[in-house]
Amino acid sequence: MTQSNRLDGGLIDRSETWSFRFDGKWMKGHKGDTLASALLANDVRLMGRSFKYHRPRGPLTAGSEEPNAIVELREGARKEPNTRATTAELFDGLRANSQNRWPSLAFDAMAINDRLSQFFAAGFYYKTFMWPAAFWEKVYEPIIRKAAGLGTLSHKPDPDTYDKGFLHCDVLIIGSGPAGLAAALTAGRSGAQVIIADEDFLLGGRLNAESFALGDDPAHVWAAQTVAELQTMPNVRVMPRTTIIGAFDHGIYGAVERVSDHLATPEDGKPRQILWRIYSKRAILAAGATERPIAFEMNDRPGIMLASAMRSYANRWAVTPSHQVAVFTNNDDGHRTAADLLAKGVTVAAVVDTRSDAPKTSDYETIAGATVTNTQGRLGLTAVEVTLASGTTRTLAVGGLGVSGGWNPNVHMTCHQRGRPTWNADIAAFVPGGALPTGLSVAGAANGDLSTHGALMGGMHTAQSVLNDIGLASDALTLPPAEDAPVNVTPFWHVAGAKRAWLDQQNDVTAKDVVLAHKENFTSVEHLKRYTTLGMATDQGKTSNMAGLAIMAEVAGKQIPDVGTTMFRPPYTPTAIGAFAGRSRDKDFRPVRKTPSHVYAEEQGAVFVEVGMWLRAQWFPQPGETHWRESVDREVAQTRKSVGICDVTTLGKIDVQGADAAEFLNKIYCNPFAKVPVGKVRYGLMLREDGIAMDDGTAARMAEDHFVVTTTTANAVGVYRHMEFVRQCLFPDMDVQLISTTEAWAQFSVAGPNARKLLQKVVDPEHDISNEGFPYMACGDITVGGGLRARLFRISFSGELAYEIAVPTRYGDALVRKMMAAGEEFGATMYGTEALGVMRIEKGHAAGNELNGTTTALNLGMARMVSKKKDSIGSTLSERAGLNQDDALKLVGFKPVDSKNPVPAGSHLMTKGDPVDAAHDQGYVTSACYSPELGHHIGIGYLKAGDTRLGETVRLVSPLTGVDHDVQVVSAHFVDPEGDRVRA
Amino acid sequence: MIINHPLLGPRDSAEFTYMGDARLINRPDWQADDAVAQFTDYGYLRDNPAGAHRELWFHEGGDRSWLVVTRDTTTHEITNVELARDVARAEGRSK
Repeated sequence: MTQSNRLDGGLIDRSETWSFRFDGKWMKGHKGDTLASALLANDVRLMGRSFKYHRPRGPLTAGSEEPNAIVELREGARKEPNTRATTAELFDGLRANSQNRWPSLAFDAMAINDRLSQFFAAGFYYKTFMWPAAFWEKVYEPIIRKAAGLGTLSHKPDPDTYDKGFLHCDVLIIGSGPAGLAAALTAGRSGAQVIIADEDFLLGGRLNAESFALGDDPAHVWAAQTVAELQTMPNVRVMPRTTIIGAFDHGIYGAVERVSDHLATPEDGKPRQILWRIYSKRAILAAGATERPIAFEMNDRPGIMLASAMRSYANRWAVTPSHQVAVFTNNDDGHRTAADLLAKGVTVAAVVDTRSDAPKTSDYETIAGATVTNTQGRLGLTAVEVTLASGTTRTLAVGGLGVSGGWNPNVHMTCHQRGRPTWNADIAAFVPGGALPTGLSVAGAANGDLSTHGALMGGMHTAQSVLNDIGLASDALTLPPAEDAPVNVTPFWHVAGAKRAWLDQQNDVTAKDVVLAHKENFTSVEHLKRYTTLGMATDQGKTSNMAGLAIMAEVAGKQIPDVGTTMFRPPYTPTAIGAFAGRSRDKDFRPVRKTPSHVYAEEQGAVFVEVGMWLRAQWFPQPGETHWRESVDREVAQTRKSVGICDVTTLGKIDVQGADAAEFLNKIYCNPFAKVPVGKVRYGLMLREDGIAMDDGTAARMAEDHFVVTTTTANAVGVYRHMEFVRQCLFPDMDVQLISTTEAWAQFSVAGPNARKLLQKVVDPEHDISNEGFPYMACGDITVGGGLRARLFRISFSGELAYEIAVPTRYGDALVRKMMAAGEEFGATMYGTEALGVMRIEKGHAAGNELNGTTTALNLGMARMVSKKKDSIGSTLSERAGLNQDDALKLVGFKPVDSKNPVPAGSHLMTKGDPVDAAHDQGYVTSACYSPELGHHIGIGYLKAGDTRLGETVRLVSPLTGVDHDVQVVSAHFVDPEGDRVRA
Repeated sequence: MIINHPLLGPRDSAEFTYMGDARLINRPDWQADDAVAQFTDYGYLRDNPAGAHRELWFHEGGDRSWLVVTRDTTTHEITNVELARDVARAEGRSK
């Protein structure tokens, strides 16, 4: 196929000829083409099918506002559905496919929907799929889902990378048309830090699409020269292919830079896209304006496009949809399209102008006071029917029709902070109004200044004004003379009497649908949108919303500004989810924290589990062990028999220092701390102010004014935050300082009857750690391995004789190896989090499952710990009557009556003989395990008045999982309830 | 949003953790006769103004200061930022 619709001139590079494939056919295009312009050059107007009726469609626009020419770009894992052909840059070897059609674009079986369109009017889904209700989930929804959607996903992982970045500037300029370039030049020359961003790959905006001159040069030459000057300025960052997607609080803008989308694959080490967060002191919106169509009968055939798009294709890309075209307009701008195409050698059959006083010229025929009332051509336009002022009709045989209904300023960004645009009757369009985002000014066409002169001057003056705001002096530019035509437009939204005049071409919403919605009392503009789906497609109604509002105003007998607009929300154009995710995917979804013994544990073949961000060893399989229970049971048995070592570095550690350290802990913990002697550890329970247990841990008094506090792994961050709140906000004059030292110390639990013997081989001999010299709950500074500073705490979570030993983190690996070597004679074992859990359940120690955000000290069996002699966080509200009922839940243990049965956590408890329902619920099991010590399953949990029901048999049920058997209520302390072992 | 930290200058709100109404500084006296009632109000009752709101932000990704930020809930405009410790002292809190 040759480029039969390619014209002369244009801003393409004809020295580079590239091949591309569309729906299996190879064609040629040039560097500088978009997929849409290259397809038009090859006489391909049909590029897609509409969403609902599968109607054949071609490009309506030449930019990011495109509703129709939506394709699947690339293949394999890089396939991207719903990509606009009008913005997709051509590259050599590009492959694209049309979508939403079967079996082919030219013959689409689902186009039968179009024949049935009278059944598919506005609200079709709501009206049709009402009954029976049961059909929704099983019948209607699957059918609708199958029929819905345009493109299809690759269902493969995205092979590309996406980055995030942060930029700071004095002035951000959004858009690089005449206003944006003039603003950037003014700001750049003033020395301000400037960013100018444009979604296009060629900067210049409409200057690249128009034939007029700026001064002595064509407009695009001035644009290129200006961009070149900006690129030499070290204080200006020029960002093509960068869409500002949203205006956020305090001058922050989101931007997506398409670094590699114009290449077949990203260059080595380059991301596909970068999501920028731009911090600006001031921003200037120079986003230009978007032309709007006029709705008329069958206005959607491929070849019918916006007049400005037709002009862009001819001037910038040197293509035309057809060699015979016409223009339908309600304003002077449409005539420019006729003149430009004529100059390019395209036959202009006529300009159909709705105005009876339309301007006439000898260059082409103007049909004044006329409208287009029908079109022909199944897969592409072949003729338009014009109804003259006299009422007679006339047919023009054309393959292209440019439509111009006036221009809408691109106000989107001005509304991202709830600003609402105001109506400007002079240009019959909404312009920025209300409260703009902080620091944002608007210039040029986006502000309603639709002439090139107006845009240039507006850009310069706005820049000078914002520079002045931030204390920077600037000089006025000498700008080239430019066209300054007044806007001559007579509002004309739709040709009356049309049966199928399309407004939203992607979602197939017609002018009639809007009228129907109004008749059915959807009179709010937000309801209209959702009921008809007008403006809800990937283009968000950039070319269709305005006509919908106008028709709504007409049928409601209101003025357009009284109807209002729907809300504009970010992103400005569709944005890849990958750009928002950035590098936070797969293994990099969030940081991984490794314990000091991680390498050693890996060498031992440990199985790891994620706990918060930590990777902790879960168990250490030995050769021959095939089931995790074998490993865990062995680790528990060996620890209880001899000695085991577990990395407990992940527990939060907070250093509390200062003269008021003890008094501070008195506030933090519900139990007293003032009298803890130096060299002793005390267990502490922390309450929330509402009396619910927050966390528990230990506080070791290392010196009169120094405590080391531990928290649970999961709550380390929250507890620290809470302690800082109490310190700074509640007791600001306490002499106390806090610092998190979780990652500064490697800490290991050494547990089991041989724990002391093992440690005596590691701890330097001058430190007495005998039972007398270092009794249960002792703590102190020691040294290990010949002088390395360390801390030793005699505390036990397992219920065995146990210590926790801490060394500076970088010595953690050496310490664990040294201890395991020292423990070899005792058969020392490493144990993981599972064995840790089993031993604490056997001992009846509460953990996260028990401190679950609903339980109190009373529930935990620790009511007596809550001191009433002092003020502590949560002590007052823990006295509330509701938390202190006689039948309050109490933590107890459970063992199965039939010892073969498990005691699954989450199961509920019922009094024997009671019905199994919520009203008779007696409590629930929080933690459960197989106890190697006892040889059967055990559980702990909460039972109403449980402390008075020891020995009772209750019914354990879990209707969801089918559990239903009897368990006996016992003490939660299954192992060594007297605590002899920990004191041994 | 950007929070103008009294010690560190303008910082992105992503560095902060939000807690809510700054009246949490006014913790009641535990020895008052109606302490439970006062603590119940303190713990559960909040105004929900459309407009200026004094609220607590924690510079968790920074210097770990608690700040009292006065923010307009309808526009997100921030009109004042203070160290919570200074606010607490000004309101008579001490040890």
